[in-house]
Amino acid sequence: MIKNIALVFSLVFMMGCSSSDDSGAGGGGATDDFDRSALLTNLADNIIIPSYQDFGPKLTTLKGSIESFVATPNQSTLQTARRHWLIAYKAWQHVEMFNIGKAEALNEYHFFMNIYPVTISDIETGVSTGNYDLNTPNYHDAQGFPALDYLLYGVADDDAGIVAKFSSDANAQGYKDYLTDVINQMDNLTQQVITDWTTGYRDQFVNSSKNTATSSLNKFVNDFIFYYEKGLRANKIGIPAGVFSTTPLADKVEGYYNGEVSKELALEALNAVQDVFNGKAFSGSATGASFKTYLEYLKVDRNGQNLSAIINAQFNEARTKIQELNSNFSQQIITDNTKMTVAYDALQRAVVYLKVDMVQAFNISVDYVDADGD
Amino acid sequence: MGTSFKTYLNKHTHPAPLAVFRIGFGVMMLLSIVRFWRNGWIETLYILPKFHFSYYGFAWIKPIGDYTYLIFALCGISAFLIAIGLKYRMAIIMFFLSFTYIELMDKTAYLNHYYFISVLSFLMIFLPANAYFSVDNLLKKKTYTAIPKWTIDSIKLLVGVVYIYAGLAKINSDWLFKAMPLKIWLPSKYDLPFIGNSFMQQEWFHYAMSWSGMIYDLIIPFLLITKRTRWFAFGLVVFFHVFTRVLFPIGMFPYIMIVTALIFFDSDFHLRILNVFRKLLKPFRVHSENFKKEFYNYKKQKLVVPIIIMFFAFQITFPFRYLLYPNELFWTEEGYRFSWRVMLMEKMGNTTFKIVDAETGQGFLVDNSDFLTSFQEKQMSFQSDFILEYAHYLGDHFKNQGHKNIQVFAESYVALNGRLSQPYIDTSTDLYKEKESFRPKNWILPFHDEIKGF
Repeated sequence: MIKNIALVFSLVFMMGCSSSDDSGAGGGGATDDFDRSALLTNLADNIIIPSYQDFGPKLTTLKGSIESFVATPNQSTLQTARRHWLIAYKAWQHVEMFNIGKAEALNEYHFFMNIYPVTISDIETGVSTGNYDLNTPNYHDAQGFPALDYLLYGVADDDAGIVAKFSSDANAQGYKDYLTDVINQMDNLTQQVITDWTTGYRDQFVNSSKNTATSSLNKFVNDFIFYYEKGLRANKIGIPAGVFSTTPLADKVEGYYNGEVSKELALEALNAVQDVFNGKAFSGSATGASFKTYLEYLKVDRNGQNLSAIINAQFNEARTKIQELNSNFSQQIITDNTKMTVAYDALQRAVVYLKVDMVQAFNISVDYVDADGD
Repeated sequence: MGTSFKTYLNKHTHPAPLAVFRIGFGVMMLLSIVRFWRNGWIETLYILPKFHFSYYGFAWIKPIGDYTYLIFALCGISAFLIAIGLKYRMAIIMFFLSFTYIELMDKTAYLNHYYFISVLSFLMIFLPANAYFSVDNLLKKKTYTAIPKWTIDSIKLLVGVVYIYAGLAKINSDWLFKAMPLKIWLPSKYDLPFIGNSFMQQEWFHYAMSWSGMIYDLIIPFLLITKRTRWFAFGLVVFFHVFTRVLFPIGMFPYIMIVTALIFFDSDFHLRILNVFRKLLKPFRVHSENFKKEFYNYKKQKLVVPIIIMFFAFQITFPFRYLLYPNELFWTEEGYRFSWRVMLMEKMGNTTFKIVDAETGQGFLVDNSDFLTSFQEKQMSFQSDFILEYAHYLGDHFKNQGHKNIQVFAESYVALNGRLSQPYIDTSTDLYKEKESFRPKNWILPFHDEIKGF
């Protein structure tokens, strides 16, 4: 009888333990544990939200100057719009990686902001016919910063020609409408993302620190690495350098029509990535809980130093390689593409450190693998 | 054959333990198939991928599109037939074939557990698991009061081999003296109630778990065999497997092992379980009193026993084939699978492929996500046979696209058990020229470290 009771008891125990609870707030508590909630708090309060709050007004300023340009197209309003375009584009480099929460829910906010190269024919057809829908995936590569880049720098051969497109051209109204729709779309989506962060999502983000496929911590790690690998390494350097194609593709650089800022934008993005890794506040130099301190807590020592030091050294090396490039990557690709591939290789090595060594150390439940383990 | 062995072969025992085992096995397998289906894994693992990683020599076994569901259905139906004991021999053969076919379709999803099921179901083909408490009894109006004792012992032996080999594999310097990979895995379980923030974070606990896991695997078969320690051992089995279930995503396996461990109990115990079933089945009460009662004897025991002996000889020697390879087993994984090396290492990689035109020297990198699912990419990135097979697939693909003089090079970094990622594949080897074989792969770069032990 006792044996039967024991059997029943163990079966009940079995069932009880197997139903794991994936939801709810977690993290923190015990004294000897790394506080992952603190990591998320630092990310949200000192990096993500300040970055957006920096980017949002800059985009609004850009919107204002574009409205002025549209109202009175001339060399002076064009220059102002261009200046604010670059300021906002640099600020954008700090938020593109945060593809979580509202940004993800808006069918990937960054798809509407920075897909390049632009498809000129889509823009030109849209301008001349008035038939376009910026909300559809077909127009991902015909809006956002790259579309502004084309409209403000590349729509005609010189500045006078560009101003003419918006004033005397037969399609002037079409250009004005398209430009206005693009900036309105960008501003509208950005405001939604910012509002979401400041009215509730922040708490949800900070409290979801469990090690499950859907927790913000795990998603953030995945998104961070994905951005570094795709948005930074591949899009900014690898693809134009021809790493993924038989020949280099000099026209696929970021800010192609501007023609002189691709390096500046890439460096800005690398700084943003490294600051997130180190938990460095967006404003100021204070640092807080971060991937770096998490690796230190876990004592992830490799070859006599902490993995975080190895990763930082690799970021620094990549930065040095990028700094050696022409400020216009298109030019660099044409004159000496090997320097581009050298920079790519330096960036790629950090992908391995992040994707293999860091993820292994965190033992993150990766979102993409849905099957039993051994 | 010695006389004592002959006497042993002629020993008989009550068939109840084997009947309970058959029911438990059938039910567990049915649940596994249903769970697999319901999780959508047939789709994600076997239908969606464009390309499947095959076992060497089994490239002809592939998913068959939407008909793959039929194989799973067949497997589930045969599991059900096994559970109720209807047309048992046919059902278990059908189960073995369909299950093994499924496992051979794509090695991305290889699990020791699945191999265990294949091996066990093969053994069960030769066992009279329908001798008692089966629908077959009803149909034939015949039941058996005894079966050869060795039939039940053979399952115990197989379970013993699995545990002991799993234990031997843990006797290595990384597991015992670095607490690797538990030192990586356990701290990430910080969100478990009670133990997550305390024990899981302590280094001594990682060591304690490593050592006790090794000792558990090595001694549990002996504790189960011995009558005096059996209940204690079964308690350990339940605790151990439930604990691993809580810690790791290992699906049905813990429950299968717990049910399997019941085979070690005496027939009284199993008769009591069957009585519970009898009460549940009361509405369908069958009058089995006037069934013929016989001792079960093999018609061709002279044929079956050598098969079983060869089967075990294979099981005992095959895991040691790694000794034929010169390099570090964990690094090259030559001879790693099918050896009960369960949850033994933490290994990850990142591997990129370059397609080069041998004449112009021009080349480009492949985006792996164009061809592989993320699960396949993950598994491919640190296993040399995957890397080679994929390299050939890429070579063929680009050849068909019209590329000429194709060479395929891989740049691969792999991190093993808390060591920094390091180059894994010789970047100067054109993998498109290399052929898969059982010979050591000389294009795997050296490990530069040593893991001592089994």
